[in-house]
Amino acid sequence: MKDLTFDSVVIGGGAAGMAAALELDRAGFSCAIVEREEALGGILTQCIHNGFGLIEFNEELSGPEFAEKIEERLAGTGITSFTGATVMELDASGDIKTLYCYTGAHGVMRLSARVVVLAMGCRERNRGNIRIPGDRPAGVYTAGLAQRLVNIEGFVPGKDVVIIGSGDIGLIMARRMSWIGCKVHAVVEILPYPSGLTRNIVQCLHDFGIPLYLSHLTTNIVGRERVEGVEITPIENGATRYDKAFTIPCDTVLLSVGLVPENELSKMAGVELNPMTNGPVADSMLMTNVPGVFACGNVLHVHDLVDYVVEEARRAGAHAARWLKGERPKAEARVKAGPNVRYCAPSRVDLHAANKLYMRTLIVKNDATLEVKVNNRVVKSVKKNHIQPSEMIAVELGPKDLEFAVGAPDPVVELSIS
Amino acid sequence: MSEELICITCPLGCRLSVDRQPDGGLAVTGNRCPRGVKYANEELLAPRRVVSATAAVEGGAACSGNPGGLCAVSRLPVRSSAAYPKQGVPELLEAIYALRVSLPVSRGDVLIKDFKGSGVDVIATRTLKRVE
Repeated sequence: MKDLTFDSVVIGGGAAGMAAALELDRAGFSCAIVEREEALGGILTQCIHNGFGLIEFNEELSGPEFAEKIEERLAGTGITSFTGATVMELDASGDIKTLYCYTGAHGVMRLSARVVVLAMGCRERNRGNIRIPGDRPAGVYTAGLAQRLVNIEGFVPGKDVVIIGSGDIGLIMARRMSWIGCKVHAVVEILPYPSGLTRNIVQCLHDFGIPLYLSHLTTNIVGRERVEGVEITPIENGATRYDKAFTIPCDTVLLSVGLVPENELSKMAGVELNPMTNGPVADSMLMTNVPGVFACGNVLHVHDLVDYVVEEARRAGAHAARWLKGERPKAEARVKAGPNVRYCAPSRVDLHAANKLYMRTLIVKNDATLEVKVNNRVVKSVKKNHIQPSEMIAVELGPKDLEFAVGAPDPVVELSIS
Repeated sequence: MSEELICITCPLGCRLSVDRQPDGGLAVTGNRCPRGVKYANEELLAPRRVVSATAAVEGGAACSGNPGGLCAVSRLPVRSSAAYPKQGVPELLEAIYALRVSLPVSRGDVLIKDFKGSGVDVIATRTLKRVE
């Protein structure tokens, strides 16, 4: 068995993994990336549409371009990339963490490292997660799977499509399917507002005359061998109006009903998860409750822009390097999600350093106010033109904002929106 | 009669009401900033879209990863180098689908030069090697 030792190992070779590895390498630590796909780049390689990179590269790129431009930064570094390698086991109980990987090229491989960075990304919620009744015919795909089939493998999964859920991947696929000659008959959303960006509603639905049914529940998928139709039912004033149900004939159903961080390995390693994000609880260094195990990108919480993923991963990599050098935060405060805030990540801030937090709101509002309280005292108030659950909000907190917390027992930083 | 439009320049998503003036200009209301007027003009008078799609590669399988590794890449992602007039998009897509790209290909390679004299190229957005 191949047995290798590095200072650090990054699990996942997408945007987050590459960005974290680059920081560890820059700080002088040896680093290996383990990626289960044959190529680096993660989900970006199948996101062929435009709109990535405005923050990171100051231009609009497609996903594959963004991934390649990050990958090019690996050239000339000491980073070792193992592609086609799946981590099957992560033992993080000791000072030296052990990873067992299956690879096509080397068989079973054991990697040892003092630091592990989790960067496995997320996966799609599927039919089981949202419990759609009905038959179990062929032709039901998650939107991301359909995206992979179309964009990488060159298969067209069907001709007449109904999309359930108005997440951005579903909207992007509505346009993609239309552009390959399929007919997209409807997008069905249970909530009264779309969960994707307005930009995508306009350019992926309006451009093609695709109807968006808001406040509609999918009550049946019809068809024995192959999908034959989808029954949808309006929701009016909280009541499901079965008397008004109707069926849209189709041969393909795409599900775009949310993403969940992929934390099977994290759980195996004893990493505590936050039930609001389904990602690890992370401290101010983006380290989990398991010393030496860090997390970043979509495995920590689902982001909306890859540019933010890269920014966060860079911090995780830099923190991991500092941790390897023996640096620890002197004092931290707990971060609490207050009124109208769904979650904040990470879950702790360093009282003596510059902190960056990402958060999501529960409400849609114009002219909103974001308030930061330290031990119930307001220390910061920020006006926001427009907020909505699908758009992540970034907050920066420095030592000056947090000075009231210094010396206090169990200090709490609460973020709220009104 | 007014035309209704949602401005997509920023996440606010202002609902614009646009009236065409006798002089050919547009009267825009509902915008919270000047970018709404610019958006309405572009979108109603000369709408353009960046087109992204995939092209067939000659000889099938190709991969940018492990040499000899299992690989199912059989399409090359491409896009227009800039936004292209919206009404011409189906024609541009047809030209992209007619391509048979021979490998290797590098990101940024021009596959169709100056489509229909528009000044817009179709470029490869991924580097793909030939798998022997």
